[in-house]
Amino acid sequence: MSTGLFLLVLLLVAAIAPFARKYLGNYAGWVYAIWPFTGFLYYLSLLPAVNEGLIITESFEWMPALGIEFSFYVDGFSMLFSLLVLGIGTFILVYAGYYMRPYPMKGRFLGYLLLFMTAMQGIVVSGNLITMFVFWELTSVSSYLLIGYWHEKPEARASALQALLITGFGGLALLGGFVLLAIPYGTYDLAYILSEPDIIKDSNLYLPALILILLGAFTKSAQFPFHFWLPGAMTAPSPVSAYLHSATMVKAGVFVLARFNPVLGGTEVWTYTLTIVGVTTMFVGAWISITQVDLKKILAYTTVSALGTLVLLIGTGTEYAINAAIIFLLVHALYKGTLFMMAGNIEKKTGTRDIRELGGLFKYMPFAAVVMIMALVSMAGVPPMLGFLGKELIYEASAAAPKAFWIILPLGFMTNVIMVFLSLRLAIDIFWGKEPKYGKIPAEPSLPLILGPFFLVLVSFVLGLFPSTMANPLTSKAITAISPLHDAMVLKLWHGFNLVLALSAFTLLSGYLMFRFRHTLLLSVDKVNIRYFRKEFTRYFFSMIDNFLVFTKLKTKTLQHGYHRFYLMTLFIFASILVWVMIWRADPIMLELNFSDMPLNLIAVVILIIAATLSAVVSSSRIIALISMGVIGFGITIIFIAYSGVDLAITMIMVETLLVILAMTVVYHLPTYKNFSSTGARMRDALVATLVGTFFMVLVLQAGTSSLETPISEYFKETSYSVAYGRNIVNVILVDYRALDTLGEITVISIAALGIYAMMKLGKK
Amino acid sequence: MESIILQIAARHMRPLLIGLSLIVLYRGHNEPGGGFIGGLMFGAAYILYAMAFGVDRTQKSIFFNPINLTAVGLFIALISGMPALLLGDSFMTGEWYTFFQGTLMELKLGTPLLFDVGVYLTVAGMLMLVMFSLMEE
Amino acid sequence: MLLLLAILVGVLYGAAVYLLLRRNIFKLILGLIFLGHATNMLIFVAGGLTSGRPAFLRGVQDETIGMSDPLPQALILTAIVIGLGVTAFALTLVYRFYKVTKTVDFDELSENE
Repeated sequence: MSTGLFLLVLLLVAAIAPFARKYLGNYAGWVYAIWPFTGFLYYLSLLPAVNEGLIITESFEWMPALGIEFSFYVDGFSMLFSLLVLGIGTFILVYAGYYMRPYPMKGRFLGYLLLFMTAMQGIVVSGNLITMFVFWELTSVSSYLLIGYWHEKPEARASALQALLITGFGGLALLGGFVLLAIPYGTYDLAYILSEPDIIKDSNLYLPALILILLGAFTKSAQFPFHFWLPGAMTAPSPVSAYLHSATMVKAGVFVLARFNPVLGGTEVWTYTLTIVGVTTMFVGAWISITQVDLKKILAYTTVSALGTLVLLIGTGTEYAINAAIIFLLVHALYKGTLFMMAGNIEKKTGTRDIRELGGLFKYMPFAAVVMIMALVSMAGVPPMLGFLGKELIYEASAAAPKAFWIILPLGFMTNVIMVFLSLRLAIDIFWGKEPKYGKIPAEPSLPLILGPFFLVLVSFVLGLFPSTMANPLTSKAITAISPLHDAMVLKLWHGFNLVLALSAFTLLSGYLMFRFRHTLLLSVDKVNIRYFRKEFTRYFFSMIDNFLVFTKLKTKTLQHGYHRFYLMTLFIFASILVWVMIWRADPIMLELNFSDMPLNLIAVVILIIAATLSAVVSSSRIIALISMGVIGFGITIIFIAYSGVDLAITMIMVETLLVILAMTVVYHLPTYKNFSSTGARMRDALVATLVGTFFMVLVLQAGTSSLETPISEYFKETSYSVAYGRNIVNVILVDYRALDTLGEITVISIAALGIYAMMKLGKK
Repeated sequence: MESIILQIAARHMRPLLIGLSLIVLYRGHNEPGGGFIGGLMFGAAYILYAMAFGVDRTQKSIFFNPINLTAVGLFIALISGMPALLLGDSFMTGEWYTFFQGTLMELKLGTPLLFDVGVYLTVAGMLMLVMFSLMEE
Repeated sequence: MLLLLAILVGVLYGAAVYLLLRRNIFKLILGLIFLGHATNMLIFVAGGLTSGRPAFLRGVQDETIGMSDPLPQALILTAIVIGLGVTAFALTLVYRFYKVTKTVDFDELSENE
């Protein structure tokens, strides 16, 4: 099997999923999970080889002229992501197949999920920037469909649109960044770009490319100040939140940052931007989550915080930081996926997600409680879960950060305290605490609903217990892939007594104290929030969109006023100004005034045509105007004859005659002329007309005095008889050399005739 | 508006004009003329007739329909490009065949002539279609 | 002669532009016809003026020097016939336009929308 084939089949599964569900019934989720699971096993089987240093590349031609290929590049980092996307995806499909049962169009929902999975998997294995961008956009689109799945709810539509606009904007920025990035390399090929990191750094396109790529990554990964779309996206069904908005899609931004870390990273701009944005996001996310009461909103804000942590770590870029980033990525995907699925389960069984209305659930669902508490333990960073390792590494990295550790460390500490607090709060308040009145008695979630959370927690537990034998092989190549200068560190559960361990203990203690005094604490945090942070980003965003729409309407009204003649006037004025500038800068025309080549009869004809033209323009009678048109037509015919255009002249005579007859039949039905325009308007139009007319005059003089012999006509003249057996070269051009053009032309006139026929027949009714 | 002079003229001019248009079409390859001019003449013959006798009578006096004439013309023009395809050249390449080679009546015929016939019929049909539609009002 | 014909082309274009800027829809059609004439003349004059030597070959071997350029002529011939089709179409459109809206004033149409 190959990566490309795998993706293609996955896409096909996504395409048939909505239709096949009818036949598969409730087993649809299980059946659809087979293929992602196969992919998971496939990549798992490649793991040893990849750890030996294998990099899998594949390439399919797409647009060779533009250097764009469908190519794939799988190294250790892509591998880790693939395993996450497909592994978690497998469980999500099983979960969703069951979770969505009561809702309509579940087949379509599963199809969207599979489509998203294809896109996400496509991003992580892309070997070409454009391929990556295409898949990136596909994740935005499928995410839009999934967030807005309950489209009858206005808030679902609004948050879907918000997510699409923000990530779509980021996607465009990313495309711009990729194009700029590719310019100095001359290729979109990822492997080549990764192998030559210095080319872009030496180029002056580095900064613009960096800014655009960062914009793309930050919007996708919900970094401050773009973070607000992610909590908004919680209107989506729980499988979506668990999959897209915690484990995979929001990590796409982090993926891009990490992927291009060897190329773009290490500079001052990179370090400072990522550190500042990351640390802000980390703390803001954690802070807001304190006072949230909706279970999914809490998880969403902690996700924002975690994404900030990841960006911070990548920005820091030290050996510890990169190790921490990869481990934390894995940790977070495992526990957050679990927590979101459990949130869905709790909502399903109790009918609410408000933690104030939850409590005492342990006795109803002990097994589910254990699973969720283990995930919370991982989130709190308590041994022996993998989360502990993640947090330890983050502390090590923060303490050793080369720049601004004095701000990173305290904020990192506070964030972790908040995580401990939230873990305690969620565990104790939901599973013990005061029991409210439930509408129906909650029960243990059924197997498909608990299977995913259970396995993810189990993985987290096993990896935490055996870090060096289990977690290391999974992550070591990912670490070296995104930071070739650094090594993967051997992971240990026990580091000995040191500063970091003391910090960990202190974190737990502070978290506990926070929980102990939560009632007073929540009140004061609320007060602070109301006083200083009342602004809602979502509202700002939508008012910005509204203002933008008002602006575009105004602009459209000004530019698209609906008066054809002003459109034309704009066009004429600008075109003639442009051409006049060109004429001005061209060589002066050498004009010999030679009266000997001006036969008197032709002078008379030209004067006649000009007179007829003036009469056609100013006449107040339509009949006179038409007769003048006839005079002009025949005058032109004479000029054609005088200058060797025999066929032209014959055609012109026929056409002019017919045209006058035709115009007469129409004019007969129209009202007589009325004066619509004021004298001022006439003068203005006359001025524009003069401007255009004179520039054409100069154009003719330019063309007539510069001699450019057209070789193609010489060819026609030479071969017309010998090859095409015709002496009338004009006719031979029409029916032989340029016959295809003529065919197009007679098609056009046939269509015009049919149009006229149709218009007249329609009028009869 | 019935004008006897015009009617008599139109009646006699029609066959003349049609014959002339065919001549113009045929000689167009070597002398002034060709499908466009021939087609216009052919159309003009019927327009003159229609002006004299009215559209209804004109349409009754002809055995073809202008739409069909246009369609046939386009079709002929299109298929004139086909022989080239069969002979392995690109579409619309002129292919020629000489009849009675070596005799006094040597005659060269080729697909460009066929194409010209297509143009002739299309232009004529289009002209009649337009004029009849407008003059009916 | 070139100067004279250049002036002619300029006048034709000027007339076309002036008529295209009118509010009466029938004048717009006149402008369109003028535009066709002007462009045909532009191509014809810019293609070079040769008097008395049409682009016909008299025999198998014929002197081609001094012969008028057949290519612009072929282009114009096509343009004339297409112009006829387009003008006829536009005229019909005007006719139907008037039948439906009962006006020939473009501005009235814009304001009614």
